[in-house]
Amino acid sequence: MTATAEAAPTQVIPLQDRPPRRRLTPYWLLLPGLAWLVVFFVVPMVYQASTSLQTGSLEQGFQLTWHFSTYWDALSEYKWHFVRSFGFSAIATLLCLAIGYPLAYTIAFKASKRWRNVILILVIAPFFTSFLIRTLAWKTILSDSGPVVETLNALHLLSLTDAIGLTTGQRLLATPLAVICGLTYNFLPFMILPLYTSLERIDPRLHEAAGDLYARPFTTFRKVTFPISLPGVVAGTLLTFIPASGDYINAQLLGSPSEQMIGNAIQKQFLNVLDYPTAAALSFILMALILGMVTVYMRKAGTEELV
Amino acid sequence: MTEQLREAATAGGDVRLTGIGKTYGAFTAVQPLDLTVPQGSFFALLGASGCGKTTTLRMIAGLEEPTSGTVLIGGQDVTALPPYKRPVNTVFQSYALFPHLDIFENVAFGLRRRGKKDVKKQVEEMLELVELGPYARRKPHQLSGGQQQRVAVARALINHPQVLLLDEPLGALDLKLRRQMQLELKRIQTEVGITFVHVTHDQEEAMTMADTIAVMNGGRVEQLGAPADLYENPGSTFVANFLGQSNLIPAEVTGSADGSLLLSAGGARLAMPKARCATEASSVYLGVRPEKITIAGADSEVAEGRNRITGTVVDSSFIGVSTQYVVRAETGQELAVFEQNMDRDTRLTPGAPVVLHWNPAHSFGLDAAQAIDAGTGEAAA
Ligand SMILES: Nc1ncnc2c1ncn2[C@@H]1O[C@H](COP(=O)(O)OP(=O)(O)OP(=O)(O)O)[C@@H](O)[C@H]1O
Ligand SMILES: [Mg+2]
Repeated sequence: MTATAEAAPTQVIPLQDRPPRRRLTPYWLLLPGLAWLVVFFVVPMVYQASTSLQTGSLEQGFQLTWHFSTYWDALSEYKWHFVRSFGFSAIATLLCLAIGYPLAYTIAFKASKRWRNVILILVIAPFFTSFLIRTLAWKTILSDSGPVVETLNALHLLSLTDAIGLTTGQRLLATPLAVICGLTYNFLPFMILPLYTSLERIDPRLHEAAGDLYARPFTTFRKVTFPISLPGVVAGTLLTFIPASGDYINAQLLGSPSEQMIGNAIQKQFLNVLDYPTAAALSFILMALILGMVTVYMRKAGTEELV
Repeated sequence: MTEQLREAATAGGDVRLTGIGKTYGAFTAVQPLDLTVPQGSFFALLGASGCGKTTTLRMIAGLEEPTSGTVLIGGQDVTALPPYKRPVNTVFQSYALFPHLDIFENVAFGLRRRGKKDVKKQVEEMLELVELGPYARRKPHQLSGGQQQRVAVARALINHPQVLLLDEPLGALDLKLRRQMQLELKRIQTEVGITFVHVTHDQEEAMTMADTIAVMNGGRVEQLGAPADLYENPGSTFVANFLGQSNLIPAEVTGSADGSLLLSAGGARLAMPKARCATEASSVYLGVRPEKITIAGADSEVAEGRNRITGTVVDSSFIGVSTQYVVRAETGQELAVFEQNMDRDTRLTPGAPVVLHWNPAHSFGLDAAQAIDAGTGEAAA
C-alpha cells in the first residue's frame, strides 16, 4: 500500500522532467535488437554492397573499384531469370490464394473447434520435414511414369499445358509447371495462416447482419467477408511472393536449365563461378525490384485504410 | 419517406408464432410458445438476462432455426425462409456494424442490396433522423457506443421492413439519450405504423414504450398484456416482482362477502376483490404496490373498510419526490411503502410504531404455491 502511494506521484511528472535514466530505459531495452540488426543485417549489407562494386578474381584478389557496370551487365545477362522468377512466383502466389482462401475460410467458419485444430496442424505439418526432402518428394510425385502424369495424360490435359508452354513433351518434370507446383506447395502455409488469422477475427454476427439486410450468401462474401479479410490477403501474398521470388531449390530440383530462376543464378555465381561481384549485384537488383513491387502493391491495396 | 414506410406497414405485419421453441442439446432456451404480435403494434419482450429473449427474436429474424413450431409474418409462413428473404430487419444487441464501411455505406447497405434508387437522399434523411448527419463519412470504430447504436437502428429502419426487431437497442445509451431515443423510436413507430418487437430487460422502458408486453421467465412467456394491466393485475409472483415492486403477504382465505375475499394474515384481517385474485387456492399471497399504501402513526384513525396492518419502521429513505419506508409488519414481513412528500410526518423514523392501511380494491391475489421472491434481484442471484 505504501509502495503504491510513493510510486504514484512519479506518474504525473511530465516526460521531460523525469530523471534521464528513466527516459532512456526504452532505448536500453532496444539495444540487443539493434545490436543484432547491426551485426547480422547492416554489416553484411555494407559488405555485399562493397563486394558488388569490386573487380578482380579469386586468385588475384578483389579490389573496390566502384565498378557500377557490373550491375548493368548482370541485369542484361540474367534478365530472363528475373522474368521467370517473378512470373513463376506470381502464378504460384495466385494459386496459393486460390487454394488457400477456401481452406482458410473453411477452417475459420465451417469447421468445428476440434476439426479446426486438426486442419491447422495439417497445414503446418510439412514443416516437420526439411524443405529439401519435401521438394525431392515432389520429384517422385511428378515423375514421368508416376500416377499424376499418367492420369493427366489420359485426360489429355498435358497436351493442353504443352500448347500454352507450361509443359513440354507430355511430361511434368523439368517444366515450368513443375516449378510452379513446387513453389505453390512449399509456400502454401504462408498464405493460409495470415488468411486464417484475418478471417477468424471476423464477427459471425456481421454475416447475420448482412443476411438480415438482404444480402445473399455470395453477396455477403463479396461485400463483407472478403473486404474485411483484405489485410490477410495482402500479408499472405507478400509472405508467399517474396520468398518464392528468391527461391532456387524448386527450380533446381523440379526444373531444367531453362526453368532456372534468379536464385539459381546467384547461387551459381557465388558457389560455382566464384564471381562474387556479379552475385552480390544480382542480390541487390533482386532486392530493389522486390521492394519496388511491394511498394506499388501496398499503395494499390491501401492497407493503411484496412488495418 | 413516411409514406413509403406506411405502405410497407399496411402490407400486413402480423407476427404469429405457434409452438415455437428452441433447445440447445439438453438445454431448453425457449419453451414452445404461442404469440401473436398484431400488425402496427409496439410489442416488448421483457425478462431477466438469459431468459430467451434474444433467441426468440432471432427465430423471428430467421437467424436461428427453431426446434419446433412455425413463424408467420403477415399470414405467410416464413419458417423455412432464409433471413435475406424475410420482410424483417434486426437491430443487433452488439450492433454488428460493418467495420470496413463508413456510416453512410452501413446505412445504405440494405437499399443497395435491393437495388433501390435515390439511396443518397434516403440515407441522408435517415442519418438526419438519428442526428448523425455530420458523421456520415466516419468508420464505426470512430463513433461512441451510443452513436453506433443509433447507426444500427438507422441501418435497419431505412429498409421499411414490415417488422422491426430491436434487441436492446438502447442498452449502451446514457439515461438522457436513452429517454430521448425511446421517445424518438416511439414517435417513428406511431408515425409509420411498423410492427416493432422490442427486447429489453428494463421494465420502465417496456412500460413507457410498448402497447403490449410479454414478460418472459426461464424460456416461457409468463404473462402478456398492456403495461397498466400487467402492473395492476400480475398473474404470478415473478411478474409482480419484476414489473415494479410488490409487497406480497402470505394469507389464508377465510370466506367471501359480496365480491370480496376475506383473508387472515398473521393477526390481521384483510380483504381483496375476488376478481383480482388469480387463484382458487386457499393459501394465497395478498399483493399490494408500495405506492398504494398509506403510512401513519400508530395512534391514527383508520377509516372503516380499509385493509390495516400495524408494524414498526425499520428504515426510511428520502428520495426527493417521495420517501421510501421499510416497515416490519405484525405479520412478519418487511413491507415497502412509498409516500409522496406532501406533509411529511417527522415522527416516522426507524423504530416508530406505525399503522399501514390501503383500499382493499388495490390488492391482488396470487397462488401461494410459487416462490415469493421470484423476479426480485435476490431470487436471480
Ligand atoms: N448457441 C447456444 N448454445 C447453448 N446455449 C445457448 C446458445 N445461445 C443461447 N443459449 C442459452 O439460451 C438462453 C437464452 O439466451 P438468450 O440470448 O435468448 O438470452 P436473453 O434473454 O437475450 O438474455 P440477455 O438479456 O442477457 O441478452 C441462455 O441461457 C443462453 O445461455
Ligand atoms: Mg439478449
